[in-house]
Amino acid sequence: MLLTITTTATPATDLGHLLHKHPDKAQSFEQSFGTAHVFYPEATEERCTAALLLEVDPQALLRSRTSVNTPDFALAQYVNDRPYASSSLFTVALGKVLRTAIRGVCESRPELARTPIPLELHLPAVPCRPGPEKARALFEPLGWTVAAEPVPLDPGLPGWGDSHYLSLTLTGTLRLSEALSHLYVLLPAMEGGHKHYWVDSTEIDKLLRAGGAPVDGIVNEEGEDGAGAGWLAGHPERGWITRRYLARREQYVRTALARLAESEDQAADPENGAENGAAAVVPRDPAVEEREPSLAEQRAGAIMAVLEAERATSVIDLGCGGGKLLERLVRDRTLERITGVDVHLGSLEAAHRRLCKGCHPDGGRRHRPLFADTSGGRGGSAERRPRPELLLGSVVYRDRRFQGHDAAVLMEVVEHLDPSRLAAMENVVFGDAAPRVVVVTTPNIEYNRHYEGLEEGAFRHADHRFEWTRAEFAAWTDRVAAEHGYTVRRLPVGPEHPETGAPTQMGVFTA
Amino acid sequence: MNEPNDEAAREPRVLGVPRMGLVLLVGVSGSGKSTFAAEHFGPTQVIGSDFCRGMVSDDENDQTATADAFALLGTIVDIRLRRGLLTVVDATNVQRKAREQLVRIAKDNNVLTTAIVLDVPEALARERNRTRADRDFGDHVIRRQRRDLKDGLKRMSREGIRKVFVLKGQEEIDTARIELERPWPDRTELTGPFDIIGDVHGCRSELETLLEELGYELRRDTEDRPVGARHPEGRTVVFVGDLVDRGPDSPGVLRLAMGMVADGDALCVPGNHENKLVRYLRTGKAQLTHGLAETVEQLGRETEEFRKRVLDFCDGLVSHLQLDGGNLVVAHAGLKEEYHGRASGRVRSFALYGETTGETDEFGLPVRLPWARDYRGKAMVVYGHVPTDKAEWLNRTICLDTGCVFGGKLTALRYPEREIVDVDAERTWYEPVRPLVENPPEADDRGPGQVIDINDVGVGDFHAGLFVETRYGTVRANSESTMAALEVMSRFSVDPRWLVYLPPTMAPAPTAADPALLEHPDEAFASFRASGVGQVICEEKHMGSRAVAVLCRDEAASRRFVPGELGTVYTRTGRAFFRDPAVQAEVVDRLRQAVTEAGLWDKLGTDWIALDGEMLPWSAKARSLIREQYASVGAAARASLPAASAALAAAAERGVDVGELAATVARRTDQTEAFSQVYRRYTWETEGADGLRYAPFALLASEGKEYTEADHLWHMGVAEQLAETGGMVQATRYLVVDTTDPGACAAAAAWWRDMVDRGGEGMVVKPLLGARAEGRKGLTQPGLKVRGPEYLRLIYGADYTDPERIAVLKDRKLGRKTGLAMREHKLGLEALARQAAGEPLWRVHEPVFAVLALETEPVDPRL
Repeated sequence: MLLTITTTATPATDLGHLLHKHPDKAQSFEQSFGTAHVFYPEATEERCTAALLLEVDPQALLRSRTSVNTPDFALAQYVNDRPYASSSLFTVALGKVLRTAIRGVCESRPELARTPIPLELHLPAVPCRPGPEKARALFEPLGWTVAAEPVPLDPGLPGWGDSHYLSLTLTGTLRLSEALSHLYVLLPAMEGGHKHYWVDSTEIDKLLRAGGAPVDGIVNEEGEDGAGAGWLAGHPERGWITRRYLARREQYVRTALARLAESEDQAADPENGAENGAAAVVPRDPAVEEREPSLAEQRAGAIMAVLEAERATSVIDLGCGGGKLLERLVRDRTLERITGVDVHLGSLEAAHRRLCKGCHPDGGRRHRPLFADTSGGRGGSAERRPRPELLLGSVVYRDRRFQGHDAAVLMEVVEHLDPSRLAAMENVVFGDAAPRVVVVTTPNIEYNRHYEGLEEGAFRHADHRFEWTRAEFAAWTDRVAAEHGYTVRRLPVGPEHPETGAPTQMGVFTA
Repeated sequence: MNEPNDEAAREPRVLGVPRMGLVLLVGVSGSGKSTFAAEHFGPTQVIGSDFCRGMVSDDENDQTATADAFALLGTIVDIRLRRGLLTVVDATNVQRKAREQLVRIAKDNNVLTTAIVLDVPEALARERNRTRADRDFGDHVIRRQRRDLKDGLKRMSREGIRKVFVLKGQEEIDTARIELERPWPDRTELTGPFDIIGDVHGCRSELETLLEELGYELRRDTEDRPVGARHPEGRTVVFVGDLVDRGPDSPGVLRLAMGMVADGDALCVPGNHENKLVRYLRTGKAQLTHGLAETVEQLGRETEEFRKRVLDFCDGLVSHLQLDGGNLVVAHAGLKEEYHGRASGRVRSFALYGETTGETDEFGLPVRLPWARDYRGKAMVVYGHVPTDKAEWLNRTICLDTGCVFGGKLTALRYPEREIVDVDAERTWYEPVRPLVENPPEADDRGPGQVIDINDVGVGDFHAGLFVETRYGTVRANSESTMAALEVMSRFSVDPRWLVYLPPTMAPAPTAADPALLEHPDEAFASFRASGVGQVICEEKHMGSRAVAVLCRDEAASRRFVPGELGTVYTRTGRAFFRDPAVQAEVVDRLRQAVTEAGLWDKLGTDWIALDGEMLPWSAKARSLIREQYASVGAAARASLPAASAALAAAAERGVDVGELAATVARRTDQTEAFSQVYRRYTWETEGADGLRYAPFALLASEGKEYTEADHLWHMGVAEQLAETGGMVQATRYLVVDTTDPGACAAAAAWWRDMVDRGGEGMVVKPLLGARAEGRKGLTQPGLKVRGPEYLRLIYGADYTDPERIAVLKDRKLGRKTGLAMREHKLGLEALARQAAGEPLWRVHEPVFAVLALETEPVDPRL
């Protein structure tokens, strides 16, 4: 991976002072994952180019990890583009090797460090899946002229198109420190969530510092009055940049955005509250369905209404996910027993965190691992059932733990099953668990045409195996009801359209 | 069976105690219970109240701990009885309440309770207590205990205690002997072979025909009536009950069956009809319904003596039989596993009538609970009682009542052969209440045998993980891995009915001695040689994606999988190979075509087969992987390296010393090109099924068979027959090598070298004898892969061939991978064996699921 920095300031060789690297020497800097080399392909009074070349040793990278026998070791960590692309490794090397230059410190030429100079930065392979447009959108507001060319994938694979790399050349007249901090923040953002190291909360400080915002009351050394909040706070893409930089770890993203908004408040717009700023730029999951913010709420509300109307005394939420419905169910004190089931351990853990105020013996709001006690029921005796009880289970495997509930809910679950597995689910839920009431909700595909950006025939979520028309749902519910001795009524959920019906269809089976 | 035995016995008393049951020692403090227990029972069989008191309070005499101590005692007794262990309670047991609690536990576990009363003079007990320092209670305690005991003696047998032995006086206590009695159903010493016969219901003629069909020679009395039958090879008949009622000649059937039982040629369990007949013969009171009237009328023509024999015979039948070391259980209406070998009213009722919901169906017949559907026991359960049109296996159980008397068939099961032999009814002797074609209502496309329980895959009640018993030992998948596998299996895999097998992972050959290589054939040969395998086969390793194909000849064959679907192709983790169902269907069609054209359906005598092989090209499945992981690396390198080269050249021009770095960059450029060559070779365009090639290397299974015993030449032969049809099937190049012949090994190495130099991935070395080949230490690795040095660039990185890098990589720590490969191999063999044996879905699914679970365990993915 390579970065060349060229200036035509006079004398151009002053670049050596700014970088603290002598133009006539090739210097090497050992990194934990390889070696960074700095050398100058050209160094004249008129034009001087410094090159930063990073050699990555995959073995060294591995050694810094624990073992190849860990679950998160995948081949992708071994055979990857790190030796060649401007990835997060490169950013780390940049931050270390050219640290003083990034901070704008230059004892021998202090005024030069503060002066915008004509610069040309070139990176031959920048990973940027959003494409050249995004690169322009990121750099142009900062005063760069951007040349971004996609790199072809492989001349030996004609027809496979371009790779996700850009050959990126930035030209402009900026302070060197500013230029480098742009790379320091924007390269990882363009790469997006693929850091080689674990992102922890210190990343927030790194981001904000590089973005020119005050951290812990200390203003960046380059930051003068007036430049105050730094370039990131004013960047039109700051939300996107922050999210990508922080590898989509949402909690950090929120903290960082809130702090960014704060710093912006100070410098620019006192009207714009911190919460506002944060909320405005953190959309929820990108699934199309969620663009209609109230539908999930309406669905949960409709289910609660049905359970109340049916006077359900206990409920099992099959496919409870992160526990959004469970959260409502536990508030209903008339329910004697609430159980959440999911096939994904991570979801159950999320549900647990959402619903438990802290169960760790050491107190606080900490939690015990969900299934540490190897008793599937979690929490032993029937008299002291946890509320809700959380079970790892699957609707296609018969499970006695599902029995003994008055009502079962399958909220947006069936469409995640392959059609050939539905029969097994029907047997497990309607045949074996056989609660008095079963509530099923699923998308109505006819309504999809009201979703902008959803292609004709496409489903609302990448994991949906099917989506039913109202007629298909009616046929399925009628058959299941007949086979298992239920009667069924169907209700629309969400705004009803005269032609297409409501976005969600609900079937209420009663024995 | 109270035996008060008031006179002092001179003979030593022999106390018959059921081997599986509860024994209560009853006696006042100081009556010598603990001594008696220690003398007659094993230390773990005796649970004492003092012991439990000590366990919960650190003080055996702490009376305040009594409640907790008895709770603990009850728990231990419950667990032991559930597990079928003889359990002796050493407590005073003089109070009714204490006994009742224990008797209830025994009843819940369907075992009998015996009481042994140690009745010693009060003075002796008092004396003993005084000499014990830790017994400081007053004499009044003993007096009260004696009073309780005296009351209790009269009452005990009414409390549900089956036998009460009273040992009076020290002498009788000292000389008494315990004789353990085995439970009546326990005939495990009988190993057959057996011919188990379904409900006869008075169809004497059909029974004669069936016995002859089974090879029995009938013996007749002077009136030419059959009174016995013997098999020349010493086989034994087992009647599942319901010999009588409805049919034309119940006395004739009884005469024959009773004769056979008396001669030791048959065993018999009672049916509900015998039970009712006993009631009628004994009391004359029973509703003459359900065909009893016919029997009564027929028996009326027999002698009083015959009727007496019938009563004795039917009355003496034991509810069910455990045979052949416990592997076979015969009960009229079937039996849950927890009841096997137990004796109680509940067990008897289940064995005679089955378990019903208490409701009746539209024909007025009882609605039965599906015990067989839920049956997970190891013993085979053979039963009758519910007429069905065909005897079919369900979870190791089979119902042999095929409604002979209703005009169906009389059916026998040969054990251990598991062959069905049946004869048609000569006519409809009795009109059925409900039509016979009643096979379980859900039998159509997701029959009762298709139910898989969460506990079958080790995730349910206790996340204990999955323990799969294979013919090569137990293989365990831990709790975390089964949880992960549950998600994959539930959300992504094809219908489990298709998953007859998941391919095990394969270990690489031990790391090569050659300093420039990681893998070389020599090490594979040496490894097999060292484990005692002489002949191996080297098979070309195709670089594609693993694909198991299950193919049905026609719709009829697909009934055993997913009705209406003619086959599937799935990946090594059980997912559908092609996301597009149309492509999936097209590939299945072409492969079926190849099987048809090769004439394999008929040659193998099957209407479905499962193949294991490789689907080519790699890009068909791995297009995004190639793009994201491999071609992208190439693209980045091709963009960066020339720029770096140019920059370095310019610096060198200026006199800056960058020589070494420039050389490295130049070498990387070459390596990148070599790296790109590799994945390009495994990439070509496909359109739907066009352009796809399938290279099978094993025929896994077909109807009732699996082929792991066959050697690899046979499997290669099958692949060649399929390839010759000119369709999408491709043959695999192979070479047989004698590992003890250095010349042959060298030639094979050269063969490998040539293949990998032309861009091949490498080869797999397998024991020629096949998947079940055994070496010095039993089962051997099914294969070792030897991958080519160029191919390994994809795995270890383009530049892994740098000498200092390869030196580091040589420390590969293969043990974990090799162990995993072996465990998965055992599971794979087990899945196929179970499938071939016609075992229920959950039994096949168990090892398949375990393979998936093991695949989630962390192991170096480069191996």
